[in-house]
Amino acid sequence: MIFFLRLVRTISLLVLCACASAQAADAARSIITKAILVENATAQRSLLTSLIGHGDESIPVLLAAWRADTLFVYTAADGSKIPVQLTGEKDTAEAQTAFRLDTGDALKDAAGQPLRLVGADLTAVEHTSALRRAMKAVLDLIDLAAPDSAKRIRAIQTIGQTQDAEKFPALLVRLKLETNPKALSALREACALIRLKDANDETKLAALAELQELHSLGSSDFLTTALKDAEARQKPALIAAAKAALATVASHKSKVDFFGTLFRGLSLSSILLVVALGLAITFGLMGVINMAHGEMIAIGAYTTYLVQNIFGTGLALSPFGVSFTIPGFNATGWAYGSYFLFALPLSFLTAALAGILLERTVIQFLYRRPLESLLATWGVSLVLQQLLKLVFGSNNVSVSSPFYLSGNWTFFDIIFGWNRVFVIGFAGLIVFGVWLVLTKTSLGLLIRAVMQNRTMASCMGVRTTRVNMLTFGLGSGLAGLAGAFISQIGNVGPTLGQNYIIDSFMVVVVGGVGSIIGTVISALGIGSIDQALQQVTGNPVLGKILVLGAIILFLQWRPAGIFVTRSRSLED
Amino acid sequence: MPSSSTTNSPNSSRLKFEIGIVATLALFMIVIFPLLNAQGYVSNFTINLWGKYLCFAILAISVDLLWGYTGLLSLGQSLFFSLGGYMLGMHLMLMIGDQGVYAQAGKNPLGLPDFMIFLGHTFLPSFWRPFSSFGFAALMVFVLPGLLAWLFGYLAFRSRIKGVYFSILTQALTYGASLMFFRNDMIMGGNNGFTDFKKILGSDLRTAATQRGLFIATAVTLLLVYIGCRILSKTKFGLIQRAVRDGENRVLFSGYSAAHYKLFVFVLSAVIASIAGALYVPQVGGINPSVMTPDKSLEAVVWVAVGGRGTLVGPILGAISINALKSYATRAFPDFWLILLGSLFIIVVLLLPGGIVSLPERLSALWKKFRTKPPTPADGTSAPAATLSPITKS
Repeated sequence: MIFFLRLVRTISLLVLCACASAQAADAARSIITKAILVENATAQRSLLTSLIGHGDESIPVLLAAWRADTLFVYTAADGSKIPVQLTGEKDTAEAQTAFRLDTGDALKDAAGQPLRLVGADLTAVEHTSALRRAMKAVLDLIDLAAPDSAKRIRAIQTIGQTQDAEKFPALLVRLKLETNPKALSALREACALIRLKDANDETKLAALAELQELHSLGSSDFLTTALKDAEARQKPALIAAAKAALATVASHKSKVDFFGTLFRGLSLSSILLVVALGLAITFGLMGVINMAHGEMIAIGAYTTYLVQNIFGTGLALSPFGVSFTIPGFNATGWAYGSYFLFALPLSFLTAALAGILLERTVIQFLYRRPLESLLATWGVSLVLQQLLKLVFGSNNVSVSSPFYLSGNWTFFDIIFGWNRVFVIGFAGLIVFGVWLVLTKTSLGLLIRAVMQNRTMASCMGVRTTRVNMLTFGLGSGLAGLAGAFISQIGNVGPTLGQNYIIDSFMVVVVGGVGSIIGTVISALGIGSIDQALQQVTGNPVLGKILVLGAIILFLQWRPAGIFVTRSRSLED
Repeated sequence: MPSSSTTNSPNSSRLKFEIGIVATLALFMIVIFPLLNAQGYVSNFTINLWGKYLCFAILAISVDLLWGYTGLLSLGQSLFFSLGGYMLGMHLMLMIGDQGVYAQAGKNPLGLPDFMIFLGHTFLPSFWRPFSSFGFAALMVFVLPGLLAWLFGYLAFRSRIKGVYFSILTQALTYGASLMFFRNDMIMGGNNGFTDFKKILGSDLRTAATQRGLFIATAVTLLLVYIGCRILSKTKFGLIQRAVRDGENRVLFSGYSAAHYKLFVFVLSAVIASIAGALYVPQVGGINPSVMTPDKSLEAVVWVAVGGRGTLVGPILGAISINALKSYATRAFPDFWLILLGSLFIIVVLLLPGGIVSLPERLSALWKKFRTKPPTPADGTSAPAATLSPITKS
């Protein structure tokens, strides 16, 4: 009798297994339902294991419910067993809403009314430790089939890095189903990495060849380990293959590094460019050494910070012992993200107004004394720094980027941050705008006339004081814009401007004073050389020192910068 | 420029007056002040503080020699000042020997400076070794900043970098150097620099007598620097120096090589700044790269501007008064000190280009105007402007 029962069970098990494997695409729900109903532990495990490779989102939910003891077996009036999940609030009779596990619909009685069941009356679905392990294996691999390709790739890479041979079959299953090219190459890499640990040398060789073909940056460490292992075991074929793979990876890495450096150099250049462009106008065209230019940057950055907080939750400030709170709009989503579009013009305007104020109160008296304008504006910069400290606190504040500027884009292993891409694009736009203003507008004409010869322009009836004021305002406003960008890339602090002031003076001097195109070229040059040296020396500070030294030497060769503004006057 | 001749080649009665004042002050500083300290009438703290002020006064003279007399606004004087400090500081670090924290704990058998042990160095780097001799360190106080100034000055003046470009380049040099000294792999103490000195020339630095000695040495150095610069300004060299300031092209066309003169002044003022730094370090008890930043150079320029550039008393007066103000203000209202300093600077540049020393002259000029005839608006604006611009070229 017992024998007979066993036989029946085995047959049913076989049938079930056959079903499970034949219908790989069988809904996850029904597989779990079957697994609950099967009483054989081995069959349960194999059913659960068959879930691997399924991307169904209900799997983690259902398995979690199983482990949390909320799954029960309900015996219907006709004697059939229906696994159900009890959820929701318990009512006075301890009853809960019941859902059929196989369909996910509410359990109904013969009259079609939803049934409410009491958990204590039903048999809870049990879970042994072996089953829990099987569930965990399923859950570990569930991301392999996640509908989101980024999540899937991450899961694949994690498996590859752990080189866990047990998960190899799951990868093979996925390899057949996968259509996304990135996920496919990640899968191939993960398979090769796992096979790299295989005991068989032939498999290893194949894996090495595969890795060489994929030349992924992440495989370099594993290849080095494999090479060491091969050397220890003195397998010339393996050593050669590992070395070849490593060389391919290294050459790929150098390419990635090169283009990555180029991108970072370009992004640094554009920041330098936006910062130095304002200086090129105040220093280059007007001949005013504005040491407070850095503080104009800080003013722009703090304006962005203020605008961001006003769009967000508001801001509490306590300057000079007076506390007050600026209320916020509490905007979210797009409305909040749009703060930056308002912050850009506002930071330009605030800095421009501050610049005009500075020009009216201090600089207008010093046009004929450039060295003294340097000293007086340094005094202004000290005052402004301290004021910013008193108003916003001496700690750095962080400005959160709107969602369309955060995140990045990876292309051939090179990471492009959106904020940096944006800065590069906008720098180009600003240069174009400044060029338009200076060459195509009547204001630009007046600016150039006054800058070439203030006295003569005045004689011709140009209101030089007004032009001076506007020019200085334009230069300062550009610094404010630069501040808005910088706030998207790093932290904002009262001494923010100090980090940029020396660099931007260098850019203007190297470019040739009075030449906008010179400023553009020198910003590009200094930015990329700086990044390249950082890459080569592996040390940002050393790179900066070398750049400063190179600039001093460059000015030996061309004392007036790249673009010389020729003039017949003896002293200018 | 009627007044520039009076400020720069003072007539004999004014010169006698100045020399009289300086001699009295020097006597007071070198003899009476330390005596009062030895008798206990003046606290050690005050002596130490004034020693610092006098170091700054020497630095201010070096700035003035360049800016006030030659028209070169160098923002590199803080670099030379700290280099001098570092040179002597290296010697003082090696003199700590077995009194260092690690040596006391028995973890420093070779007597390395503590920061080296902290950074995991096991032996003294070769460039540190000669500094165990005081003579070598003292020599390097002169040689290293002098060499650096010569090299930089040679390159800069050869390609005729002048005016604001010179300022910006010296600022870049200083900035680069300070970045370098902030790094630990310079093996110059990194961020924290040198500190915790114990002995100089065998005597304990923490005793009042040593500090008094250092104070006297500083006062004497200041006097010597003053006398040296006074003599220099009376020679033909001094004349050409001022001519370079007022019209470099005319000097060139007269057949003088302005670059050589400028180079000499640049090196000389670098060495003076370096000596000031070397005197500063044992009195303050440490040096770190923040002293080297371009901001400190600009601060020294403020002293000179406030005191009165193009004079020799002005910088001394400016350095002492501003630093006394700083000592007071940073304690009384720390939040507003920088605002005060900045505003002071703006006001001096805009309204009082001659500095404090020009104040009596200005007031007496105003007084004369007031007595001869009632001031009309036209006089009120034009007359002071003419007397008030001792240096129009900059």
